[in-house]
Amino acid sequence: MAKATDITKITEQSPYTDITPGNQVYGGGGARMFNTGEWRTQTPVINWDKCTHCLLCTPVCPDSSIPVKDGKREDFDYDHCKGCGICERVCSFGAITMKEGI
Amino acid sequence: MSIRERMSGNEAVAYAIKQINPDVMPAFPITPSTEIPQMVSTFIANGDIDTEFIPVESEHSSMSATMGASAAGARALTATSSCGLAYMWELLYVAASDRLPLVLALVNRALTGPININCDHSDSMGARDSGWIQIYAENNQEAYDNFIQSFRISEHPDVMLPFMACQDGFITSHAVENIELIEDDKVKAFVGDYNPENYLLNAEMPMAVGPYATSPFYMETKMNQRLAMKNAKQVILQVAEEFEKISGRKYGFFEEYKLDDADYAIVIIGSAAGTTKDAVDHLREQGIKAGLLKIRVFRPFPGEEIAEALKNVKAVAVLDRAESFSACGGPVGSEVKAALYDAKSNVTTVNYFYGIGGRDYTVESATSVYEDLIKIADGSMEPEQFKYVGLRK
Amino acid sequence: MAFNFKEVMNKPERLAPGHRMCAGCGGTIVARTVLRALKPEDKAVIGNATGCMEVSTFMYPYTAWEDSYMHNAFENAGATLSGIETAYNALKKKGKVTDNYKFITFGGDGGTYDIGFQSLSGAMERNHDLVYVCYDNGAYMNTGIQRSSATPMYADTTTTPVGSQSNGKMQNRKDLASIIASHDVPYVAQSTLLGTMKDLYEKAEKAIYTPGAAFLNVMAPCPRGWRYDTPDIMKICKLAVETCYWPLFEVVEGKWILNYEPKKKLPIEDFLRPQGRFKHLFKPENEALLAQYQEEVDRRWEDLLFKCSR
Repeated sequence: MAKATDITKITEQSPYTDITPGNQVYGGGGARMFNTGEWRTQTPVINWDKCTHCLLCTPVCPDSSIPVKDGKREDFDYDHCKGCGICERVCSFGAITMKEGI
Repeated sequence: MSIRERMSGNEAVAYAIKQINPDVMPAFPITPSTEIPQMVSTFIANGDIDTEFIPVESEHSSMSATMGASAAGARALTATSSCGLAYMWELLYVAASDRLPLVLALVNRALTGPININCDHSDSMGARDSGWIQIYAENNQEAYDNFIQSFRISEHPDVMLPFMACQDGFITSHAVENIELIEDDKVKAFVGDYNPENYLLNAEMPMAVGPYATSPFYMETKMNQRLAMKNAKQVILQVAEEFEKISGRKYGFFEEYKLDDADYAIVIIGSAAGTTKDAVDHLREQGIKAGLLKIRVFRPFPGEEIAEALKNVKAVAVLDRAESFSACGGPVGSEVKAALYDAKSNVTTVNYFYGIGGRDYTVESATSVYEDLIKIADGSMEPEQFKYVGLRK
Repeated sequence: MAFNFKEVMNKPERLAPGHRMCAGCGGTIVARTVLRALKPEDKAVIGNATGCMEVSTFMYPYTAWEDSYMHNAFENAGATLSGIETAYNALKKKGKVTDNYKFITFGGDGGTYDIGFQSLSGAMERNHDLVYVCYDNGAYMNTGIQRSSATPMYADTTTTPVGSQSNGKMQNRKDLASIIASHDVPYVAQSTLLGTMKDLYEKAEKAIYTPGAAFLNVMAPCPRGWRYDTPDIMKICKLAVETCYWPLFEVVEGKWILNYEPKKKLPIEDFLRPQGRFKHLFKPENEALLAQYQEEVDRRWEDLLFKCSR
């Protein structure tokens, strides 16, 4: 039975014996463990009073950082949102504002 | 009972493929290896095997598709020669780095510049540092035997490296000789079923292959490749031992022909070894202690073992069938000499070139090399390094 | 199947965050949308030509792909996926693989229009059951915005820089969708990022679930290379469609179908003006270039209308 690669054990300090043969990685989506939220210089903030859950902001996010559950959007995934601001521009209800900083 | 037949080297390899019945074979024709994909296509067309053949638009794509198929979990192979191999160059390194087990039937032919369809080893020798296992055949029998052993070595969990099974273009690939084939069921049992632990089409566990690896990871990756190549040495011997049990034919890293008590030795690869053996026999009849070391496994390179085998000779000629244009030796010469140096050997060694672009290498050619070695050993001739055997002057 | 936006958005995400694509990257939006078109119960193997997407989504040991993924090299995504798809057929036939798999590869315009063109052409001609998605950002962005054969005319790139003797790229872009359509594959479509992504989603769904080879050419703006205001990506895409610079069409079994005809075709300047790479065209002395640009857009649009009218 194939085992998922424990990528937490593969760091820039790992000896060669811990590097997977052929750099193959088993198991998907491990990038979630990498924080790209710290790249932000601006941060989107949702005003839930204005949000109609039209979901137009969700598909335009390059970082899959606007999760949807049961047909409604949830708060931003700030561990990964890079603060590009596309969601703010597509929101017709002014429910998203970009704030300076992280 | 083994099957006695008459076959060319290409037929022998195609027959081995038929017996192995691999899953996927992408290929693109190039002389002199074209017959292999043609014959496999015919086996498929006649329902002899259920291999999926991909008639790709280039060798670049044949290697790419073979790699994709291997990563997907299939037993995959391709065949090529010369410029076809050159066109795969970039991917040869990727296949080795990705640790994809697969087999390439290489029919050695000179690289273009000028275009030439005949045998030399410039194609595979150029790929010697790509991370592939390279095993060379002297004749059709060895081409067949090596091919039967290839997947076992390539797929071994301690190895997982691509495998180049080389034979000499035309000389071996097209010349029909007697051959002993192994029965289908024995081959099937020997090669076994391929069930990799990890593969792209494993529904239980997705797999990602071919990342961008930054410098903190790249060097460690190369170290692992090197260890796999080192492991291959042991695996090649184990597989050969098992192969002997079903075939009665013995294989190692190299063949020693009358080398035990030899004073003068030629080190050579491929079909020219047969010619050289003839020369050895003639010289032996005259009481001259000539011997031969025929390298079968060039990658991994059995340097220590070669140095050990040559330790008692007085003079050695390493014969290269490929130029390296270093202006100081060919690929086999450089490696053998480095091995001798590491073994603290002080045997006099010359490095000659022969058979380039299909130039004839005859018993007389081999004899002339031994004659040089005799004179070099008794001090009557200054060793001339890097001589072209058979060059018109 | 009618497009139900909410239901589509409820489908699982198959491109995980944490990849290193630039903030506001269009290519990633394309990939997310295409993958969403997979039936959740279907498995997939994703291929990828070398490029921004590859180096950013599988930076060892972090893969952003939930599905199996293989990057081989820059120029061989088509052939690599051909091998994977063929292996699937072989292993399925032998009962070694039982799940349903779909095969999708992503390549930028460099890996698709140019260096990977032969490999793509071969894969299409052999009609493997796979989808090749080109996220076309009109230059070699990964190496720093060099021109490609997909780069639009007069774009300022680092190998067609605007200078006293140069107005940027001198040639028109290659019409790749049309070339692939000439391979007589069952499905070819051109799309970009629009609103709910209905256009791209539906085309991806058709491409994935049409047996045989399919090709999607998707315009994917690159904020860095095009030099527009990053948050404006959706506006840029809309303008590309409304100016008829990037028409939406499909070629289904050889039949050309226009998917959208603007009520009022906007002048090409509207698409070019927000982009820094075309800034020089708006100097007074370059008015003729703009007129010529419009002529070329019109010519291609008329040609498309003709193809779709048959």
